[in-house]
This record gives sequence, structure tokens and C-alpha cells, in this order.
Amino acid sequence: MSERTTPRPGQERFVAPLDETPLQEVDAVDVHASPESQWKEIWNRLRKSVLFWFASAILLVLAIMIAFPGLFTSADPNFKDLADSLEPARDGSPFGFDRQGGDVWARTVYGARASVAVGVLTTIIVALVGTITGAIAGYYGKIVDTLFSRTADIFFSIPLLLAAIVVISVINNLYPDRGFWGGVAVIVLALGAFAWPQLTRQMRGAVLEVKTLEFVDAATAIGATRWTNLRRHVIPNSLAPVIVTSTISLGVFIVAESTLSFLGLGLPNTVVSWGNDLAAAQIQIRSGQDLRVMWVPASALAFTVLGFILLGESVREAIDPKARKS
Amino acid sequence: MTAAHETATGGPLLQIKDLHVAFRDEKKNIIPAVRGASLTVYPGQTVAIVGESGSGKSTTAHAIIGLLPGSGHVTSGEILFEGQDIVKAEGGAILALRGSSIGLVPQDPMSNLNPLWKVGHQIKEALVANGVATGDAADKRVVELLEEAGLPDAERRARQYPHEFSGGMRQRALIAMGLAARPRLLIADEPTSALDVTVQKQILDHIDHLSDTLGVAVLLITHDLGLAAERADHLVVMYKGQIVESGPALEILQDPQHPYTQRLVSKAPSLTSRRLASGHSRDEVRQKSEVAARKVAAEVAQSTDELGEGSENVITVQNLTKVFKLRGARPGQSIDFKAVDDVSFDLRRGSTMAIVGESGSGKSTVARMVLDLLKSTSGRVLFDGVDVSSLRGPELLRLRRQMQPVFQNPYASLDPLYSIFQSIEEPLRTHKIGSSKEREARVRELLDKVSLPVSLMRRFPAELSGGQRQRVAIARALALQPEVVICDEAVSALDVLVQAQILELLNDLQAELGLSYLFITHDLAVVRQIADDVVVMQDGKIVEAASVTEVFDNPRQEYTRKLLDAIPGGVIPLAGTS
Repeated sequence: MSERTTPRPGQERFVAPLDETPLQEVDAVDVHASPESQWKEIWNRLRKSVLFWFASAILLVLAIMIAFPGLFTSADPNFKDLADSLEPARDGSPFGFDRQGGDVWARTVYGARASVAVGVLTTIIVALVGTITGAIAGYYGKIVDTLFSRTADIFFSIPLLLAAIVVISVINNLYPDRGFWGGVAVIVLALGAFAWPQLTRQMRGAVLEVKTLEFVDAATAIGATRWTNLRRHVIPNSLAPVIVTSTISLGVFIVAESTLSFLGLGLPNTVVSWGNDLAAAQIQIRSGQDLRVMWVPASALAFTVLGFILLGESVREAIDPKARKS
Repeated sequence: MTAAHETATGGPLLQIKDLHVAFRDEKKNIIPAVRGASLTVYPGQTVAIVGESGSGKSTTAHAIIGLLPGSGHVTSGEILFEGQDIVKAEGGAILALRGSSIGLVPQDPMSNLNPLWKVGHQIKEALVANGVATGDAADKRVVELLEEAGLPDAERRARQYPHEFSGGMRQRALIAMGLAARPRLLIADEPTSALDVTVQKQILDHIDHLSDTLGVAVLLITHDLGLAAERADHLVVMYKGQIVESGPALEILQDPQHPYTQRLVSKAPSLTSRRLASGHSRDEVRQKSEVAARKVAAEVAQSTDELGEGSENVITVQNLTKVFKLRGARPGQSIDFKAVDDVSFDLRRGSTMAIVGESGSGKSTVARMVLDLLKSTSGRVLFDGVDVSSLRGPELLRLRRQMQPVFQNPYASLDPLYSIFQSIEEPLRTHKIGSSKEREARVRELLDKVSLPVSLMRRFPAELSGGQRQRVAIARALALQPEVVICDEAVSALDVLVQAQILELLNDLQAELGLSYLFITHDLAVVRQIADDVVVMQDGKIVEAASVTEVFDNPRQEYTRKLLDAIPGGVIPLAGTS
């Protein structure tokens, strides 16, 4: 305590006039603000993201292409005339014809279906399996966790493409000629079977964090059962990383499908797909002639994947604004 | 008089004149954080800035050393250090001042040391950066500094990593670092708010001692008025970015002029000495609670003799022990750790029992076992004579109705995805009480009880302040009309005034509803305000158990006395109280 009775210059007693800093009520509630749920907040941030609108534009075009291919081309992708082999562009065929005489543009437009179908279905399966296994492993812990996590580790240690190649080859030998949906189903299963562990791990990590939070204890103290608690509180609060990873991996699965088709192991030759067209364009790549046959489906593929990855990135920024690089 | 001359003749060391600091938000709007702050610090003097969170006290401190976070910037005003204006100085000039002339002890000792480097190395960095010493001389100096900061066995400590240090030890290391280059001003930004009270006292005593022997001026930033008044000669009270009152510490405390300061002085828990009084006497509250208990028992129990309704003690804890298995040095090995050791106490109906202890004393573990969120290793918790851990299914559900928790962290105790309505309705929904319309009416009623506007119902936790969230948590706890509410550090994370408000609310609710509280806290000052009985825990054991007046007036144990002595500002005589 100070022994001085007279304060030094600059330290005299000072009391601010009340009208300068009006005293507010302790912990006053702002009653006029409108409710903002977390999801609404995320949407508000997403709305302001240039990246999000750019990605959305790409994906919107893609969606229209899938729903109404007739708007983009009037040619039949399956119609081939060898007389047209490697013919240059002409009216109605803006990018000319491939070696078999098929219309390059029409095949690219119709090929979107197969690629996106594989990407979307695989992502749904992987997200479901990953969320459920990860949530159970993280929430119940102990032996359940060991069981799920080690199984996931085993699957994680197998290279995705290699495993998919093996599975697809085996199924191809047993059941050749499966048509469009049959072909898609095989690839989805082959990719899904080996891609889930990444999401399991992420979900498990998120659940481990959320389940220690006090609102989970509060719910238990209210009388909620473990299962109710997991369903009501733990899973919804752990979903954010899964949503981000899923959106980004959608693009990755589309690339995987094209890679498999390029290797001749993906969709059957009868199905119009970007991977198959790229495989067929291999000769052009070697000769360096008529490269448009290759770059049209390749660009479509690149833009689609870019769209999904940018969407994932903008969602990540909206969910966790701190992750943004400043 | 020139500035240099002023300093030589005992002029001020630091002068802040009409300082304005502002931040820019995402939309480039200017948000003022400090408006027109002026203060003066003389060499060797301790000056304290007091204020609640968001008052601008830390921002002012950071402006002095040019470490404003993010978009923060000084918009106008002067900061004169030994007559030199820091605001107008070039970047290099501030760099030269940092460390060598102005030292900083940051707020959170846990995150301010780099975990990858040895403590000694990090202090050596400060020495080398300021050109005090290099090489072996610096190593020697590090040991001296650590010794000076009060770390025993400094030579060995210097070679350890931060994770091997406790919170108090880390703060000592940071003090050693802050004083490494013998600055003339030490800025201590809430240096002890993350530490236990007894450690807090040690650290503050030590800063006092160092400032006396070295003649260092200290600018202490704190939210605790009692602490500030005890340590500082000159007090500066900040509110909403402005200085509302400043002057000699004692004078401000005994004769606060500004309404905000008056509020602070009247509500500071360390300064008030009596239990909060509600409109009812304590006996009346207890009687009421017995009536309420009988009502609930009749409603809940299948037969009247099933529950020992109306008995004196609502909760009896007998020889409760919890042993945790910790991972040992070798794989597969485990070490037993006794977190709670043979704890017994009774909670009288309609009263408040406080469990006090420092971090690691096992008090929260007791609360979790009473709530049956954690199984005990041995011992029993009896609720109205029934062993809590023996209950299953519907019986357990019934127990849950009678005993509800309010947790510490207002930011984690509400599901962020649930609206306020959903959160408060959840217990009703879980117990299938009423129709959805009746439930909504009940939620309205509960919000009213905790003095929150009904319009908050559709809002989400992220939009509320800590105190408001804690009110929602209390409303949720009361939804099932429990007999006992277990508050686990329920007010520790709140600002002083909000804390006082919540304590008053809890007290009024107790009187109105005849509730019994089990109140877990580290803060003896809070105990004095709310509790009737108190149990003091240390290292898992009960060291003292008695009524609050007994413990405060006549503590029997050395440890209790130490805790009481550590309450900051406890000895300062206030006007109006004797």
C-alpha cells in the first residue's frame, strides 16, 4: 500500500463523468438479435465465399449436363461410323470424332453420368460406414474401439487402387457384361470397401473430443441413455470434419474411377465414361496427333474434380473459419 | 522541462495520454476497444488496471509493447516511455524497448512456453536477444534468474522441458524471462488467473519482492479488485474501453465514486464477508425444502416408505474412494492413483454444502460420483437413504429427476446445435413429461425463473454470454424440479459482477424452491457468500469439515488457514463494514 498521502502528478483521483460511459445492466440480453443456429451461421459464411460460388457454378453446369444432356449436344454418344474416324470438327460436332468415329463432345457430355454416379455413390457409402464405425469406436471405447480401429487400420494399410483392381478383376471374371448400373455398382463397392477407414478415423477423433464435453454429461445426468446421447448430441456435433472430407473425396473418387477405366478395369467398354474415352485416346497420346480426343474428356474430368475440391475447401473454411490462411 | 530531465528527477516512467485503440472487423468497420485512456506509472511503483473481460485492460497493456493482436492499432494518443513516444517510434525502437526496458508476464502459463525447447534455453533466448549475455555466461545467468524467480534446484530445472513444470513453476519461469534483461517496467497480464489461490499468493508475493529489490515498476492487469487493491499503490478501473475511475488504491476501495466502481466494490467476492441473504431465513428455507421433498417423494415413489422422505440429510456420502489406473512406465504396467480417499459428509436438506479444494484435490471427482456419472471404487453415496450406484433403469431415471448438475464451463455445458428451448426442454422430453404444449409453457416458466426473456427461446448458445448460458444451464437443471442441484465450479468462469448475479439467483431459487446445493469450488470467497457448511479437500482427503462461520473464524487446519490467507484483499478494511 502506498505511504504517500498526496498522489504524484498524473495520479490524482479521477472519476469519469457518468454520461460518458453510461452504466449498462450487468449481463444484459440483446433481445433484438435474430436466432442464428450453427448451420445458419455456416451458410452465412459460405454465402460470402467467392470460392463457394465458383465451385457451385461448375457443379451446376455439371448437374444440368447430367440431367439434360440433350441441351448440350444432339448427337448420340453411342453412334459410331468408321468413316468419321478422327474427322475434325464440323457442324453439330464441335470437337470432331474419335478413332472409332464417335462424337467426342457427345461422349464427354454423356460420360459425366458415370463419373458423377461413381463419385456420389462411393462417397455416400464411405461416409455412412465411416460415420457409424467411427462414432461407435470413439463413443464406446475400450474393446469395441480396439476392434473397429484395428480393422480400419488393416484396411487402411492396403493401397486403395491396388485393392480395387484386385476386387474388380475377380468380379469381372465371374460376372462379365453387367451394363451401366452393374458396372457402377462394382466400382462403388470396390472403392467403398477400402476407402472407409479414413473417415472412421476422423469421426472417431471428433467423437472422442465431443464426448468429454459437459453437455454430454448433462444429458446423462438428465437420464438420457448412452445410445440417445450418442444419437442426439455426440454424432451431430462430430459431423463437421466428415462433411468436409466427404466433399473433397468426392473428387478423388471420380479420379479413381477414371484411373480404373483408363487401366481397362473400370466401367465396361459399352458404358460411355470419361475414363473409357481417355483409355481409348491412348494411341493419340503416343502419336501426338489429334490430341483433342484426349483433352476434351480430360478437361471435363479436371473441372469436375476441381469443382468438388473447391466446394470442400469452401465448406471447410465456413465450418472452421480459423483454418483459413490469412 | 524536457522529458529526459523529468525522468532524472523522479518523473514518470510511463505516461499514457488519451490513448485510443481500435480493431477492424471483417467488413473493415472500426471497432473501438480503448477510448481515451490516460494513466501514469512511476519507477518502482505498482499500478493495477482492473476491469471485466472486454473492458480493454489487456488491450491497453498490449498497446504499450506494440503487441496488439490482429487488426488492433493505436488510432490516437501518446504512450510515453521515459519521455519517448512509443506510438510514433519506428518498429526498431519498440523492438529495442521490448525485453530490455519493458518485460511481459503473459496470462496463460500453459501456452506461453514452447513445448519443444528446454525452459533454460528459452530464458537464454531472452538474454541473448537483448544482448545481456551470451554463451556460458548466459547459461549461468539463466540459473541465477530462475533461482531469483523462486524455483528451487534451478540448475536442474533449467534443463527440463515445460511439460515437466506445474502451472506455478511455468509462471515463475515466465517471470524469470520477463525480468531477464532487467526491464524498468514489468507488465503482468492476469499473471495468476489460471493458478490455484495458494500458488497465486506465492507468485504475487514474489513479484512484489522482486519489484522492491530491483526497483522494477509493475503494471498489473487483473479482474480481481481485491487482488489489485492489495498489491497496487494506484488503481485504474476500466469499463467498456474507458477509464471510469483512478486514484490511490485504498481511497478507491473505501470511497468508490463512479457507479461502476461502487458496483465492483460491493460485489467483489473477496471483499464481502457475509452469506447472501434472501428474503427468507435459513430455517424457513429448510422447512420449505422438507415440504417440497415430501411432495416429490409422494409423486415419485411407488409407496410412501420406499424413500426415506423428510429425513435430515438428503445426501449422505460414506467412505467414498476412487482409484484411477494410470499408465505406468512400462507397457501393460499400471499405477494406482487415489483421486478421492475415504471421503464422508452429509448434505442437510435445504442447505448448501461447499466442497473446496485446489486443482487435483478430487472435489470434482466426488461430484461426478454423487451424480452417478462415475462409479466409485469403494464407499457409498446415499440419496434419501438409497444407494445411488445400486439403481438401474426406471429407478435410476427417478434418481436423475431428483438430482441435477450445473457444470463449470458455460461454453461446453450446452449443446451448440440445440436452441435454448430444446436444451431446457430436453429433460422434460427424456422423462416424457407433459404434451409438447405443456412443455413449452414449462420452458417459458423456467426462463422466467432464471430472469431470462422468453424471446431467447429460439436462440442458440453461441449467441449468449457466459452468464446467460449458465442461467440456461440452471433452468435446464430445474426443469425436473430436483431436490438437489450439484454445482461443479458453476460460477468460476464468470466475471465478478455476473458471478455475483448468478450466486444471488441460486440463493433466491434455493429459498423459493427449497433446493439443497452441493457446491464445488476452488474459491473460498464464493463459499462465504453461498454456503452453510464447508468441506475442505486436499489430495483426495477431507482435511476439515465444519460450518462456514467456524471455518472462516476459527480454521483448525494449517491448510485451511493457508487457503484463507490466500484470498486476495481479505485484510483490506472497507468503509461500511468493520
